[in-house]
Amino acid sequence: MIGFISYFAFFCTVASILAIATLGLNLHWGNTGLFNGGVVAFFGAGAYGTMLLGGRPELGQFGGYELPYPLAFAGGILLAGAVAWVVGVLTLRLRHDYLAIATFGVAVAFESVTRNAEWLTGGAKGLRGFERPFEAAIGSPFGYSLLFLAFVLVVLVVVYVGLERLIRSPYGRLLRAIREDEEAARSLGKSPARVRLAAFVAGSMIMGTAGSLYSTFYAFISPQDLASILTFQIWAMLIVGGAGNNRGAIAGAFMIWAAWTASGWLLARFAPIDVQLYTGTIQYILIGLVIVGMLLWRPQGVLPEKLVVSQTGMGAARQPAPRE
Amino acid sequence: MIQNVLDGLLTGSIVSLGAIGLTMIMHMLRFANFSYAELLAIGAYVALVFDRLFAAVLPFTSVAIGPLSLTVSLVLAMAVAMAAAGLSAVVIDRLVFKRIRETAGSLSMVFASFGVALIIRNVIALIFGLKAQLYSDDIAFAMVLSTHPLVLVKPDQVFTFTAALAIMFAFHLVLSRTTFGYALRAVAENPQLAQVNGVRLSTMVTAVWVIGGGMAAAAGVFYGLTNQISPVIGQNFILPVFAAAIVGGIGSIYGAVLGGFIVGLASGLALLVVPSGYSPAMPFLIILAVLILKPNGLFGEEQR
Repeated sequence: MIGFISYFAFFCTVASILAIATLGLNLHWGNTGLFNGGVVAFFGAGAYGTMLLGGRPELGQFGGYELPYPLAFAGGILLAGAVAWVVGVLTLRLRHDYLAIATFGVAVAFESVTRNAEWLTGGAKGLRGFERPFEAAIGSPFGYSLLFLAFVLVVLVVVYVGLERLIRSPYGRLLRAIREDEEAARSLGKSPARVRLAAFVAGSMIMGTAGSLYSTFYAFISPQDLASILTFQIWAMLIVGGAGNNRGAIAGAFMIWAAWTASGWLLARFAPIDVQLYTGTIQYILIGLVIVGMLLWRPQGVLPEKLVVSQTGMGAARQPAPRE
Repeated sequence: MIQNVLDGLLTGSIVSLGAIGLTMIMHMLRFANFSYAELLAIGAYVALVFDRLFAAVLPFTSVAIGPLSLTVSLVLAMAVAMAAAGLSAVVIDRLVFKRIRETAGSLSMVFASFGVALIIRNVIALIFGLKAQLYSDDIAFAMVLSTHPLVLVKPDQVFTFTAALAIMFAFHLVLSRTTFGYALRAVAENPQLAQVNGVRLSTMVTAVWVIGGGMAAAAGVFYGLTNQISPVIGQNFILPVFAAAIVGGIGSIYGAVLGGFIVGLASGLALLVVPSGYSPAMPFLIILAVLILKPNGLFGEEQR
């Protein structure tokens, strides 16, 4: 029984962390219409940032400042925001798909740095040596896993409530206005470039938050944790759940993570040995089919975006208009 | 240094060939197609299959041409691969991009193109295995151009470079001498105005997919000939071909060719100062530099 609960807690912890990243992507793609092609880089910036600031010092290794956890946590989030700011300033004024190319490029560059800059990122062996907050005080690993799950859930709820309030505020309407009709927003004296930059940085910081929690959870981060498939998984989570709907983003994250874990388990259990070598390959094809299939047949996702018609009409929803 | 320049020019010729179709598609259909470089992989693997097939059915084609490791069967297989990649490009457009184009915005197409790339790449890996392969297991000996400094060039590399230039020159003749070429340039420069003048956009879109797919397949075969064939060819080439298209200016065919050589040379020369582990990131730095210095590229017009 303990085994089941502890696996369930593990599953929920990872799924909730991915749900936070999906909420960040929802702010980009769902609410503002920005296409982020390198989710993994912002997630990774948060993960590495926290490990570098909060980790133990090691010989010949940058970082390891052993900062108190809140500072390390915040540092990872700020690093993700800083990377996003640089990319956003350079690309958000240009053709809309330039952001997709530049963010994809950031992910490629980020991977080369994590794999090669050993003095900074530990290279392929990654960074370890991180004291998780309150771990020593709790003692039992089972108790700690439940406490950590609670912490992740609190962060998830905070991010969710914050985003819900944001999209219902005048600023949220501004984001949607820019997504739907940039010229009209400009004619009302709004500056689409600045608003897009703010939304891009904020969304990336949420992804950084998820990454920071991820590296804290494992007390370890390496390039293997940050394969490019993570970006595809988080896209699939959002598009399945429903772009523009925060509750959908969370539901999508749990659904896709469950499907991913289950498909991996089924292949490991029932597939012939020579096929098992290609477990990842088969799972990648499934993720690709989910993304393309959803875009073709149900682009609004399982829980479609609920558009608020006016300030007084909150809660009154209408069918979402076709995107752009 | 000289070796880096030569290697850079070779890579550049392959990137140029791969970027021509991409820049036209990006301009005409207005979306960054992340599945485009998978056409190189499709080309490389179709050529591998037909090379083996021709060599088995017509054994006399399996002899190497002169000092090259290139065989007659591979030349024939490359022609098949170019047609197959062109056809795949059209089929993918019909199945996915065209349908999304009709109902949603261009960013949904960007999104879908990532998914399509993931599917193609992994289906190839599932069929042909994750391991890299070679067209010919014969060792191709390099020619020593100079011993001090040591400069090595393989006959296959000389052939690849010449053949890539020849294909691009042939395409230039089509563009500058034929009515079809004029129509293609007109569509690439201003789709609306071209339509007013009686050019059918849908026909031209199909033509661009076929031509772009064919050239990408050739680039894939050339890469396989001078390096190796693996399922990650597309993944490795997508950023360089985007960089080439952006350097040249989206929509500019000649810009893409020049951009391809710039990307190739810069990546080659970068190896003199940075470890090779960082080379996948080089095209990204080039893209950033262009976006800072000249956001519309060398020959591009303002894009919104």
